[in-house]
Amino acid sequence: MPKQTFVLNGEPVTVDVEDDVRVLWVLRDLLGVQGPKYGCGINVCKACTSHLNGRAFNPCSVRVGDLAEEDRVTTIEGLPGEVGADDGELHPMQEAWIDRDVPQCGYCQPGQIMAAVALVKKVKREGRTLQESDLDTIRNICRCGTYTRIREAVEQGSRAMS
Amino acid sequence: MSISQGRSTGGSTSGTSTGAGVGRRSFLGYVIGGSTLVAAADLAVQATANPAHAGGVPSPPQVPELYDLEDLQTDAALPTSALITVEIREDGTAHFAIPRMEVGQGITTSTAMILADELDLPLSKVEVTLAPARPELVFNQLTGGSNTTVSTYTPIRVAAAIARKALLDAAAIELGYAVTRLKTYKGLVEAPDGATVSYGDLSAKAAASSTQQVEVELKPAADRKVVGTPRNRDDARAAVTGRKQFTMDLDVPDALPTMICRAPTLNGTPKALNNETEILRMPGVTHVALVDTGVAVRARTFGQCIDAVRAMDVDWNPGTAEGESDATILKKLRQAEIPLAVPKVPLLATTVEADFAFAFRSSAALEPNCAIADVRDDSAEIWAGLKVPILAQENIAQELGMRVDQVKVNVVTGGGSFGHKLFSDAAIEAAKTSRAMGVPVRLMWHRADEPRQGRLHPMCTSRVRATVLGKNVLTFEQRLTSVVTDFSHGLGEIISSTIDEAPTEVGRKLGGLGFSETIFTLTQELPYDFGVVTQLLSETDDSFNTGSMRNIYSPDTAVASELVVDQIGRKMGLDPLEVRRRFVKSDVVRRCLDTVAREGRWGRRMPKGMAQGIAVHKEYKGATAVLVEIDCRPETVNRKIRKAVTGPRVTKAVIAVDAGLVINPRGVEAQMQGGFMDGLALTLTSSCHLEDGHFLEASWDNYFYTRQWNVPPEVEVHVVESDSEQPGGVGEAAVGSSAAAVACAYVRATKKMPAYFPINHAELSFEPKSFVPPVPASPTDGLKYTY
Ligand code: FES
Ligand code: FES
Repeated sequence: MPKQTFVLNGEPVTVDVEDDVRVLWVLRDLLGVQGPKYGCGINVCKACTSHLNGRAFNPCSVRVGDLAEEDRVTTIEGLPGEVGADDGELHPMQEAWIDRDVPQCGYCQPGQIMAAVALVKKVKREGRTLQESDLDTIRNICRCGTYTRIREAVEQGSRAMS
Repeated sequence: MSISQGRSTGGSTSGTSTGAGVGRRSFLGYVIGGSTLVAAADLAVQATANPAHAGGVPSPPQVPELYDLEDLQTDAALPTSALITVEIREDGTAHFAIPRMEVGQGITTSTAMILADELDLPLSKVEVTLAPARPELVFNQLTGGSNTTVSTYTPIRVAAAIARKALLDAAAIELGYAVTRLKTYKGLVEAPDGATVSYGDLSAKAAASSTQQVEVELKPAADRKVVGTPRNRDDARAAVTGRKQFTMDLDVPDALPTMICRAPTLNGTPKALNNETEILRMPGVTHVALVDTGVAVRARTFGQCIDAVRAMDVDWNPGTAEGESDATILKKLRQAEIPLAVPKVPLLATTVEADFAFAFRSSAALEPNCAIADVRDDSAEIWAGLKVPILAQENIAQELGMRVDQVKVNVVTGGGSFGHKLFSDAAIEAAKTSRAMGVPVRLMWHRADEPRQGRLHPMCTSRVRATVLGKNVLTFEQRLTSVVTDFSHGLGEIISSTIDEAPTEVGRKLGGLGFSETIFTLTQELPYDFGVVTQLLSETDDSFNTGSMRNIYSPDTAVASELVVDQIGRKMGLDPLEVRRRFVKSDVVRRCLDTVAREGRWGRRMPKGMAQGIAVHKEYKGATAVLVEIDCRPETVNRKIRKAVTGPRVTKAVIAVDAGLVINPRGVEAQMQGGFMDGLALTLTSSCHLEDGHFLEASWDNYFYTRQWNVPPEVEVHVVESDSEQPGGVGEAAVGSSAAAVACAYVRATKKMPAYFPINHAELSFEPKSFVPPVPASPTDGLKYTY
């Protein structure tokens, strides 16, 4: 069985698994990293949203064989590490999420937060400030309907990220 | 205060206000024999509410005004209240295993708040967990009808008060002062000389060697410190760090991923798998088994299960809706409609009539149906999100030919429910699959299975006829005709065994009704004085997998009746706010209505193509009102977003709720916001299309639940001051009024009355995915969409 090596939440990992297994299942079923959730498996619900080299991606739709050894995969578990947070500290977007009391069932929220961080970074890269219309582009489903608080938290987290 | 026959005395434990000036009641309960302090309440009787006043051309009270589904569920839970215990542990924390299920509605947080107040413990020292299936609780372990806090509020407080009293008794000996001179705060008992002793140190001393009956009074409202204050969720940190565990995250040894290849038509069953050897040779696959719902495959990863499901060559038996489509079912509904009886009205009266169809809708949560099962020869253990675990346990035992005590059922926090988890479909399926394969299984439905084979809100029609004379409404008749709603999740049994508790006039009205009609009658209440009011349900066709989706019948009935109220207003020359103000029956509803009108600036000028809409709903021992502003201008309606339904945009929503006694205002606000998003989707975007024996939807790019581009940029929630001393239900309260307000606004903006809801149902906004194979391929192009 082929060996797959990539960087997961700051640490190199190697797994024995076929090339065409999607990264989501390598994370969840083989590595026990369960922050990314399954909600559709076809890149529409965005519950599995994580980061690849700092950009949002959906691991349900990427073959593990397509990852290179130096590719950095970050899941919600590794998000605080992206900003060099100390043990037990959180990323400012997670703090905003707690402060706005966003989660209901919580199932979509790891993906929502990972998407929000990437969106804020993208807007910054483009040299803009976050607009109402940017919030409309978030594709992540929340079946509990926490959308209003998500909008508030993204704005709050975005301010804290600058 | 006197005590008779071991029962609570002095007033009502159901939803009415006890009001100021009513003396405090005492309650009975027990300190349970054991090594640490464990306390329980004993509530056996309760009185029921009085009908509200009526004004205008008074309508006689409808059933829910006398006795509603909340009363019934609360009554059903009372006899076993003594089996629900609060424990004070030696580390000074309190533990309570709630016999209800947390699915995102926030009950573990609100329950901890209630306990913290009654016990005088900091919130951080109260732990609330979910109880496993406890058959001895009989009717006291069903999570539904937004009833958790309504039915558990008093029993939990009584148990906590008994625990606190036992702690005080023990402290009196320890500190050498009479109980009356001691005070409790933050988990300590303090004597007048300043000496303190902690609850943890008292726990063993306060324990009873044998169970003892105790009488207590509950704390007065003025002493509440936690209840009524805004609190964040107790599990928020776990949720935002990815540590919150759902069923599929549990570490059960050897429970490998398992999925089911399902039939191309609704409820089709498997005849034979023609390529078993090939499937078993696929990478990662360990087992294949035929079960009654399809062909199960177990593999090292879910991805490999999906590949195997897609590769299966299966012969299928026909399903339960072969050849049927939306049109044929609608025709059946039309044939089953009960005629609107034309009441005798004066010659000059005119009628307002309306007739709407409502499509099938999916109650699926974001977490798909799933369960873990480990079935051995002589025992079984199940892990799943279950709102009625006792029945799941019975059903699984029966299915496996075991005794109930051989089956352990663990209740896991759910990733949403919306009524979906009332049934144990996935748990039963997992148990069967584990038995067939002889190994533990981690069974999950593919998303595509949910709208296609999962439980739906039934298709229905709602017709209304009102007669109007001058500025009065003489009659208002409403008929809901629906595909059968499946209530076989235990609420049915609860009704048949509890209905005797209802007041006799209610019993008479319910006599001879089936489960569905009973639930309909116990929940529907038209909040207006419209003379002779009748609201009736009739059902037809039980070939579909249905269930009670969030707010059950109310969204459809509210959309129909509130649209007609607007029409009645037009006939009388009254605007939507004026007509409601004129006829609304109860002050509770009126206060909500006035709040949204004021806060939402009712009547403000809007550009052409935009409009406001307003609607009310009364249920769950409270009421809601919703005001929205909608934008139906072409440039908005026709905006394009990839793989999405856009259409009219609600730009603002203002929601007011009377939720009775509010435990956690932040939680109430969250439930109003979430309920609104559901109502919005029901009216504008989300439905399932039946065509040729199967549903076309297969994922979130087909089933258009509300997305950020549909969400109003402004959403305001106002929790109005309530007269009630009892908590009402909030999880479903906003759905009906939100769906109705959006519908009313849409009609005002477009001047078009839709015949079908959601309004986009007539056009199919997607390319249906394949039926053979039944699930879509996992994409490989994810790297193209990074940002
Ligand atoms: S599971 Fe990956 S987008 Fe839905
Ligand atoms: S919080 Fe439940 S799906 Fe978003």
